[in-house]
Parts: sequence; structure tokens; C-alpha cells
Amino acid sequence: MELEELTISQVHLGLVKKKFSALELTKTFLDRIEKSDKKISSFITVTGDLALSQAKKVDDLISQGKKIGKLAGVPMAIKDNILVKDVRCTAGSKTLENYIAPYDATVVKKIKEEGAVILGKTNLDEFAMGSSGENSAFGPTKNPLDLKRVPGGSSSGSAAAVSANISVFALGADTGGSIRLPASFCGVVGFKPTYGAVSRYGLIAMASSLDQIGPITKTIEDTKIVFEAISGKDPMDSTSLEFKSKKPNIKKLKIGIPKEYFLKGMNKEVKKVVEAKIEKIRKAGAKIQEISLPHTEYGLATYYIIMPSEVSANMARYDGIRYGYLSKKPGDLLNVYLKSREEGLGDEVRRRIMLGTYTLSSGYYESYYLRAQKVRTLIQEDFNKAFQKVDVILTPVSPTIAFKLGEKSTDPLTMYLSDIFTVSVNLAGLPALSLPAGKVNNLPVGVQLISKPFNENNIFKAGEILE
Amino acid sequence: MISKKEVEHIAKLARLGLSQSEIKKFQKELSSVLDYVVKLKEVDISKTKATSHSILVKNVTRKDLAKKEDLKTVKRIIEMAPERRERYIKVKAVL
Repeated sequence: MELEELTISQVHLGLVKKKFSALELTKTFLDRIEKSDKKISSFITVTGDLALSQAKKVDDLISQGKKIGKLAGVPMAIKDNILVKDVRCTAGSKTLENYIAPYDATVVKKIKEEGAVILGKTNLDEFAMGSSGENSAFGPTKNPLDLKRVPGGSSSGSAAAVSANISVFALGADTGGSIRLPASFCGVVGFKPTYGAVSRYGLIAMASSLDQIGPITKTIEDTKIVFEAISGKDPMDSTSLEFKSKKPNIKKLKIGIPKEYFLKGMNKEVKKVVEAKIEKIRKAGAKIQEISLPHTEYGLATYYIIMPSEVSANMARYDGIRYGYLSKKPGDLLNVYLKSREEGLGDEVRRRIMLGTYTLSSGYYESYYLRAQKVRTLIQEDFNKAFQKVDVILTPVSPTIAFKLGEKSTDPLTMYLSDIFTVSVNLAGLPALSLPAGKVNNLPVGVQLISKPFNENNIFKAGEILE
Repeated sequence: MISKKEVEHIAKLARLGLSQSEIKKFQKELSSVLDYVVKLKEVDISKTKATSHSILVKNVTRKDLAKKEDLKTVKRIIEMAPERRERYIKVKAVL
């Protein structure tokens, strides 16, 4: 096996057995980024010096005979909306083109303590707003499996880098599917943890009640290792929680199949791949049960009210004064705001700020925002009821395979429909995994496994059967 | 369909400058999304409470004490402001 194909556990074994050094491994990956990333543009910033110094530290520990953790010496990448101290953090936006992070995000602090090797920062839709990876101010990321197609977004670079073997694993963030959709389109494993399981301190906020950081890896075993390393309560994030992962169900797993997730218009081949996985888990001894999540069809509309509302509040900080882009055009204070935000922020970001401003404005608040918050309750109740009957819910991640670059970028609503199977999970705060399930026209299809809060072990158990 | 005037009003509330051609573009795009989300009117929410967070969110407080940051970090934060003089961030006159 080539070095770049190794999983986290294989890297760990290789380092401990001294089959290769962390420095050698890191150089292999930095070399790969230099040679092959031009084709897919998965990185915005490469942190070669940081990576080499981190790798050297791990080699020193090994040569001193010290014990190393599972992530020590493992080359990885970080979505460019998560802060790494003294490294540029752009969020894929012109406005933060020259922004240098003054501190480490909590997940980065944890990853560094574990000795992981940071290769760089990965491309994304601007401020994580997008489903295709095309909205980046630094150019679109391309799907490594077909360069004419999108990798999915918004953690486009993270998923593409792992898929193309130019990073062993990566961190992404998921607000409405931004880890799961690109993982599905690029044929890798993507996990969105329970809301509150992982600290959001140092994650550039998009929609604070929905955002969650999670791993993109090659295997479920690797996902477990990264999740273990980054989760836990953090005094810097008041929504992070102290929790104990529930033990997996040791008896027959009960898998729910929500009928609302198998739509008429869905790609028939995709449906077949998902159905084959249902059959596989049935044969492995799980009990399959059809369930109903009656408010599914309102998930997307609810999401596209709540998310932009929170976006409009979070994006107010980009005023051209404290940090970010400042327009060179003269004028008074109001003009500084207007021009800096017009020139510094892209179309999709401005569209969502305006949508949110509208739905929160006087006269519309009740009929849009408050109504959506109430439907959000109903969506959460649907899941609560379903989880009284089943341990895990299995659905497709997306009704289609990776689409072509430019195919959906002219019509925002068509693009938004890509998130139809992923957004409800964020509204309800649940953990969910995207797992490669098969291929259609040589392009990957993912299945989504969802469970109750902090019951991710049931997801991992079901996933390991299907892997 | 929302009006051009409404688009201009929202943009001003959000402190976003827009060109004339953009006003037209956003008018069309925002209207199509708003027409879609109107779907929620079908749902009976008369007995439902609103959810702002999927988990129970409690206030977390700490003692009101200044935390010391190292000077390098403080310097870095100030350096991130596009316009400054010495250790101050420069802004346009407010009055």
C-alpha cells in the first residue's frame, strides 16, 4: 500500500513500528499537494513549515521511545473557516483574504495536543454558504473523481482532499449538510456530531444554532478516533455539553426507513444503491422497519428561513472596521459599511443576509421566523417519536450523484434543493453519518445514518456492518 | 414578488450596497425563495411552541474578571483592523 492511501490507524501502526517516519510521511503529502492539488483546488493555504515542525516533534518522541497518541504524526487538513493560530483564515471570502487568526479554535488546540500534522486550510463555499463548493472567492474545488463535476459543499476542499489522498483526514463543519453532502459526492466518510458535542469556539459562525464541526475520513474507525479527540465540553462555547456516548445497542439493531425520503423524482439508480444497503443490513440481522417523519417536506423551507436569519445576525460583524475588507471608496460611516460589504462579500452571502434581514424584519418576523421555529419543533418531535421505535434511521444523503460544475449555480433555489435530505438533522440537532454505499455511473452514492443525540455508537455500529 | 423598493430597504437595513442591476437580480432570486418557504403556511402550528436551539441552552456565567492575553495576541488583533493609529482602531466620524 502506498503511504498516501493509509488510514489513521494504519499510519499510527506504521509510525510505532518505525516503517516510516512522520517527517517522511508529511513530505509525501506536501509533495502530493504541490503536484496534484492544482487540478482540484482543495487547499487555499498550505502550512508546510508548521507541518514539518509538528512531524519532527512526533519523530523525536518516537525516537525517545515515548508513547504516542493515535493522531500523532497523522497529516490532516482543516476547513478554512476554523481558526489555526498565526495562519491565514479566509472562510473562502475576499473580505477575510488577509485575516490572520489570533488564536486556535478549540478543536485545533485539541488536534495539536494529539500531535496531528496540519498540512493546511481547505477550500469551501464562502462562509460555508453553498452546496457545491463553487461559491469560493478563491475558485471552485473540483471533484477528484470527475474533474467536470462538483465535490459538493460547503466542506468541498476537506472532502476532495481526503478523497484524492492528499490528506489522511480533514475537519469540516456542517450547518445543513456541509460535511455529509461532499463526503457523499467524493466517496468518503463524513460525520456531523450531535449539536453541542464539539466546541464551536474558533469556528467562523454561519448559523449558530445549526453549526457543528466534524471529521471527514476514509473509514468509520478513523471517524471514531477523530470524534473522540475533538469532542467534549468547552468553557469557551456555552452550547457545548458534557456527555457520555451511549453504548451501542447490543441486541438486534432496529433500522427505520422513512418513506418520505424516497421521493418519486429521485434518481432511480441512487435509490437502487440505497436499497441494496438496506438489504445488506437486513441480512446482517438488523430489523428493518418503515417509519414516517411527516414534516419532512417542510424541512427545507424551515431551514431556509432559520439559517438566513441567523446568518444575517452573524454576518453583521464584517463591517470593514475591526477586521476584513475595507472599501477604498471615500464616504461617511454608512458608506464604509455599504461599500465594504458590497465589494467584500459574494452573491450567495449577500442573498442570505438579505433573506434573513427580511424574515426578521418588523411585520414579517411572525409569519416567517417564528413560524419556522415552530415547525422546527414539529420536525424534532417527528424524530423523537421515530426513535421510540428504532435505533438508527437510514436515508439517502442526496437524491442525485455529484452534478456538473455550473449546472445549478444560476438558480439559487435549485441549488438549495440539494440539501433536502440533510437539513432536518441539523434542525433537530442529531448526529448523522454519510457513508459510501456504491456507485452510479462510476460516481459515489452515500447513505445517511441518523440517531438520537449522543447515540453515535449505534450509527457507527450500523455503519461498520455496511462499510 | 417583492418590490424593488423592498429590496432596497432590506439592503439598507443589512448595510449592503447594491448596484441597479443587482437590485433587479436579487428581487427575482429573493422572491423565488420566499415563494418556496411560504409552504410553511400549510402547517398547523396553533398548539406548538417555538424551538430556538435543538438542545436546552442555559446561561453559562463566569466571574467578571479580566483575562490576561499575551501582548503578541493583543497586537495581532489590533493589526487585523484595516485602519489604525498606534494601538487604536480608526473609524469615520460618527457625528
